[in-house]
Amino acid sequence: MSIQLAAIDYVILCTYFVFVIGIGWALKRYMKGSTDFFLSGRSIPAWVTGLAFLSANLGAQEVIGMAASGAKYGAMTSHFYWVGAIPAMVFLAIFMMPFYYGSRARSVPEYLKLRFDEKTRGFNAISFAVMTIFSSGISLHALAKLLEILLGWNYDACIAISASIVLVYIFLGGLTSAIYNEVLQFFMIVLGFSPLVYLALKDVGGWAALKEKLIPVATSQGFEAGTWSASWAHLGSTTANPMGVEWFGMVMGLGFVLSFGYWCTDFLVVQRAMAANSMSAARRTPLIAAVPKMLFPILVILPGMIAIALYQGGDKFLPFVDHDPAKGIDYNMTIPMMLVKYFPAGLLGVGFTALMASFMSGMAGNVTAFNTVWTYDIYQSYIAPKKSDNHYLWMGRWATVFGILVSVGAAYLASKFNNIMDMLQLVFGFVNAPLFATFLLGMFWRRSTGHGAFFGLVGGTVGAALFHGLALSKGAAVGIKGGWLAHTLGLQTLPFPFHSEMAQNFWMAIVAWTSCFVLTIVISLATVRNKTDEELKGLVYSLTPKPKSENEPWYQQPVTVGILVLAATVVLNILFW
Amino acid sequence: MNFDLRLPIGLMFSLFGLLLTAYGALTRSSKIYERSLGINVNFWWGLALLVFGGTMLLLAWRASKQPKT
Repeated sequence: MSIQLAAIDYVILCTYFVFVIGIGWALKRYMKGSTDFFLSGRSIPAWVTGLAFLSANLGAQEVIGMAASGAKYGAMTSHFYWVGAIPAMVFLAIFMMPFYYGSRARSVPEYLKLRFDEKTRGFNAISFAVMTIFSSGISLHALAKLLEILLGWNYDACIAISASIVLVYIFLGGLTSAIYNEVLQFFMIVLGFSPLVYLALKDVGGWAALKEKLIPVATSQGFEAGTWSASWAHLGSTTANPMGVEWFGMVMGLGFVLSFGYWCTDFLVVQRAMAANSMSAARRTPLIAAVPKMLFPILVILPGMIAIALYQGGDKFLPFVDHDPAKGIDYNMTIPMMLVKYFPAGLLGVGFTALMASFMSGMAGNVTAFNTVWTYDIYQSYIAPKKSDNHYLWMGRWATVFGILVSVGAAYLASKFNNIMDMLQLVFGFVNAPLFATFLLGMFWRRSTGHGAFFGLVGGTVGAALFHGLALSKGAAVGIKGGWLAHTLGLQTLPFPFHSEMAQNFWMAIVAWTSCFVLTIVISLATVRNKTDEELKGLVYSLTPKPKSENEPWYQQPVTVGILVLAATVVLNILFW
Repeated sequence: MNFDLRLPIGLMFSLFGLLLTAYGALTRSSKIYERSLGINVNFWWGLALLVFGGTMLLLAWRASKQPKT
């Protein structure tokens, strides 16, 4: 499958690397203290933080994974955007950013310390630091493996070059360098993939012709004719769509628990908004990101849908997993193979550079979030408090080196022991699912206590693990995919059978969130408040003066823009119902 | 911080645009465009990148002329 890039492709790739490192170099002289390095001195304009907010999420999972899902599930993949992202981004902008930004917390775990107590912060900081660095490693492994398969490049060299470039520009320019490069990467991805959408759609004969060509894709798998080109019409039951999910699991599991848990509490994305130069800019950050986000399905899902339509029509350009027809199509190769199919030398260089940019922006986002949480929430809190600001700047730089080295180690771990990474991601799922319940109660219920938050989080995590042990999707083996507790207890029938692994994950999130929510309320009512109303000012909705935006033009008012964004999302959902 | 991000963005995409347009012009009768449905995408997309990069440079230049507040 090895593809030869032309000299012009390498020139484009190298030019991009020079600019990325050049931005880091140019920003080095502005890094005078730890606030500059970790928080960009809170000086970045809204349009930059907005595009960086989106780009930090544009990692490997987004570009490669969503195109793969577009081929595998069709237009239903748009739920990851129009249900699983936009509402949460609007909620973050209107209701949550005033607390994150106004409390002057330097990180999300630090907000938990101010709102609840030290043990809740510690639980979140340590689990987040471990998760981000392993996510970074998984992203690095995916990039190196892709380049090895597609271009025949050496796996070790791919790891070394990618990791070194990210290390250099973050070491030099800290969060500002990561944010500025994420904006560069955003434009690279949009301008690199746009011609692909145009050429592929032209080749297939336009949207109406694509819908026609997707009919045999659906009927050959036993679904109704329009299943691949509709997003909501076939969510009535789990057997009516390829995702194996029904509407309640989709709306509550993905649209509420997982989506709000990620977009509203994950420091990786929230950190971008916290670097904005004013409260108004911080609140506009997720809204600015929401506009391109709602259009991204055109850029990443549509090529996947076109690829499977062409494949079904006889153009067998997609490879099999491990070249074994018995294992089925390797959907993760959809975007790379589409680039190779339509792009000549020259534009192919732009396309591959965009692909590398997506991997690197995801990795850089993880590393900058890690170095901040490590330095402020772990090192300064538990290991070396009361040191000079210069000391923490020094530690931040070395945390970047350490983070990159651990990412490289995690990448090699993923290449040798795939099951370990599956296991780690499963545990991360247990920890992440209940998080939003803690934040929701913390921000909107002044009676919630530190004990309630901590034991609620632990209870939610345990609840997720127990549910996983009692649930299993159709055709999956007992073990890492679930069912292990039912097997251990010798149960004859599985308490929670699911039609698909995705449905199982959505419901696991619902159970974890509900466990955490109920436990936090019960334990809070049974324990004494550990914060006075005075201490909670700026941290709880009812005790915080509302930020005013009446004097700003309508397009800078978060509530007005948020309503417009939600209305546009509803229209998109109706158009592709 | 006296650093306008539009400057490197404009420079990089102008450079990419120039490269692609020139390469597209040099290879206009080449068979490499069979895969892009016969369209010389290098030339046309190169022009688009040139316009985008040029606009960014223009915005950065205009901002640099504004008096600092």
